[in-house]
Amino acid sequence: MSWDRPPAGSAAPTTDDADRTPVRDADVCVIGAGPAGGIVADRLAEAGREVVILEAGPRFDPDDRLARQERAIRPAYDRPDVWDGDPERDAYESTGERFYPLNHARARGVGGSTLHWQGMVMRLHEDDFASESARGVGADWPIDYDDLRPYYAAAERELGVAGADDNPFAPPREQPHPMPAFPPSYSDSLFAEACDELEIAMHSVPNARNSEGYDDRSACVGYGTCQPVCPSGAKYDATVHVERAEQRGATVIDRAPVQRLEHGPDAIEAAVYATPDDERHRQSADAFVIACGGVETPRLLLLSESSHYPDGLANSSGLVGRYFMDHLFAGTGGVLDEPTRQNHVGFLTSESHQFYDEADAEQAPFKLEFFNYDGPSPVGMALSSDGADWGDDLLAELRSAYGTHIGMGGLVEQLPRKDSYVGLDPSTTDDHGNPVPDVHWTVGDRALETIERVNEIQERILAELGAEITWQAGPEGTGPAYHHMGTTRMGSEPAESVVGPDLRTHDLENCWIASSSVFPTGGAMNPTLTIAALALKAADHVLEAA
Amino acid sequence: MELTRRDAVAALSALGVGGTLAGCVTPPGSEPVDVDRLHETLVAAAEVVYPSRVSGIDPFVAAFLEGRLADRAHIEGLEGAVTELDENARVWFDDGFTALSVADREQVLRNVGADEADEDPSGTASERVRYYVVNDLLLALYASPTGGELVGLENPQGHAGGTGSYQRGPNA
Repeated sequence: MSWDRPPAGSAAPTTDDADRTPVRDADVCVIGAGPAGGIVADRLAEAGREVVILEAGPRFDPDDRLARQERAIRPAYDRPDVWDGDPERDAYESTGERFYPLNHARARGVGGSTLHWQGMVMRLHEDDFASESARGVGADWPIDYDDLRPYYAAAERELGVAGADDNPFAPPREQPHPMPAFPPSYSDSLFAEACDELEIAMHSVPNARNSEGYDDRSACVGYGTCQPVCPSGAKYDATVHVERAEQRGATVIDRAPVQRLEHGPDAIEAAVYATPDDERHRQSADAFVIACGGVETPRLLLLSESSHYPDGLANSSGLVGRYFMDHLFAGTGGVLDEPTRQNHVGFLTSESHQFYDEADAEQAPFKLEFFNYDGPSPVGMALSSDGADWGDDLLAELRSAYGTHIGMGGLVEQLPRKDSYVGLDPSTTDDHGNPVPDVHWTVGDRALETIERVNEIQERILAELGAEITWQAGPEGTGPAYHHMGTTRMGSEPAESVVGPDLRTHDLENCWIASSSVFPTGGAMNPTLTIAALALKAADHVLEAA
Repeated sequence: MELTRRDAVAALSALGVGGTLAGCVTPPGSEPVDVDRLHETLVAAAEVVYPSRVSGIDPFVAAFLEGRLADRAHIEGLEGAVTELDENARVWFDDGFTALSVADREQVLRNVGADEADEDPSGTASERVRYYVVNDLLLALYASPTGGELVGLENPQGHAGGTGSYQRGPNA
């Protein structure tokens, strides 16, 4: 007998009597066990540094992944339930012009949001690093594509990327992807005919998902629930690097939310963290790397205010928390009068970046996605209390609803705006009494007008296919792609940025930030490959400094 | 369409359990569980909620129930739902749920409100019957290859059916 994996209700974080006391003589304290923190910790541990990772959330049992998959399918469970979201721990406010569903956008624990991510990994384009110069809006990064290029290649190896050299719009690269791309889907072939007629090029999607065995993880087996959980481990998540860092001697302290960073004028002295039994500990280290993502990173800095830094640590610029960005979703879908073969897998195999570099001051960069999972998933529909109850009636309803849907998505850049920010809401506190993050998300006209342009292209393609359009996410219905960026922006001028091109804060000599929070602009490419590349770069700079 | 051993394994996978289909089961915990009662009730309910063209229900249900027995909390929830069905059956039909005709069993499921309730493992009786009986059975079926094929999708969500089928056309 080997019935060793419980059903949905029993999946839970690992419980243990782990020693959560600080590590003596730590060289580096990494805060956050997502992809950035995991990669930095792995690199530094490999280099012989004594590394400790403090993670606010729990460590999850890999044997629970099928149970978590059940949560993803069953209507009794909301999306944050899949990874044990805790409403008290994760409390937040959303006060911007658009509601921001923060706890649907993140997973907290060892692995971070890569536990629930889609796994699409593109490099930013060259002009994304020079938005102000090349497009006349936004900001220039203090580094360019060539600076990051070797790190991109290394990041692709670290994550394990399946891709092909068939994208004529992608920035230059020297080496092939570590694995071959996933072949196109049947519905891609339907799109291809229409796109050929319209002279719109399609190409493969780089996926951080194994198309063959890689890094001791299996090839994708087609569970179809990539987002929010991959039971097979074929989709990369940051537990890969966190566990590797541990094997190299790093210490991971989970369920240890950092409450504040104790500091002097020029350096952090210690991270004060809480434990599940509500003790407080003080982790000192020579160097600190903050890797908590685009929301918790600025929050921690703001919570760490002092007489020297009354507006928040590392915030002499006044810009910590400012320029919060996400990508905007634009989509259109419909039905054909023929089978479209959707929902066999949970990932994408084709996109078009053809229009990306048309971007200028008025039009944002955007990419087009061709869905493999448009329309209802029959099993999910079967469990709903709407419609037919069961038996032959339910089957007839499922057969009627499934089979002919076809859809497209797209991501659109939003410009950095000072009035889009992550702040603190002192009127609401979390489970440790700290003010919660206030996500004040504001989107500008350029992005909204570009969404209209994306919708127009999507409508043309679907019209060419002969589809009857049944849904559209336009400027009114758009939402975030759950990519938090921009809240501790990188720049050369201390008055205009929080970290320098070496990812070190301008104010503190021993504090680096590895996160999408350092992006000065967001482009329209999914950010995690760039996060990983910057994490590798940050690790190099930490090693150079110590 | 007959549910097969492969379907049962797929169902176990979708339901968050894994293992073999052979052997007996001893549920964890100190209180004994009448596994036969649970099995017979689920089979009786499956004959209502599964499409009429599905056969091979008994061994399929036995296999995925075996996996569910690994978790005491789930089994206690299922026991409670089975008791709700039996009590309602005795009130309205003067007999246990499994002794009723398919039509009367369906009426019992409607009597307890499982037809209109949203599933909730810790909710009302209606919501718990929907969760532990109706939707557990529907999840097991429609996340299996046979259940998926009934709908026209041979690799349904929750089934590790590989990366071949998404590439194939409808006539392949």
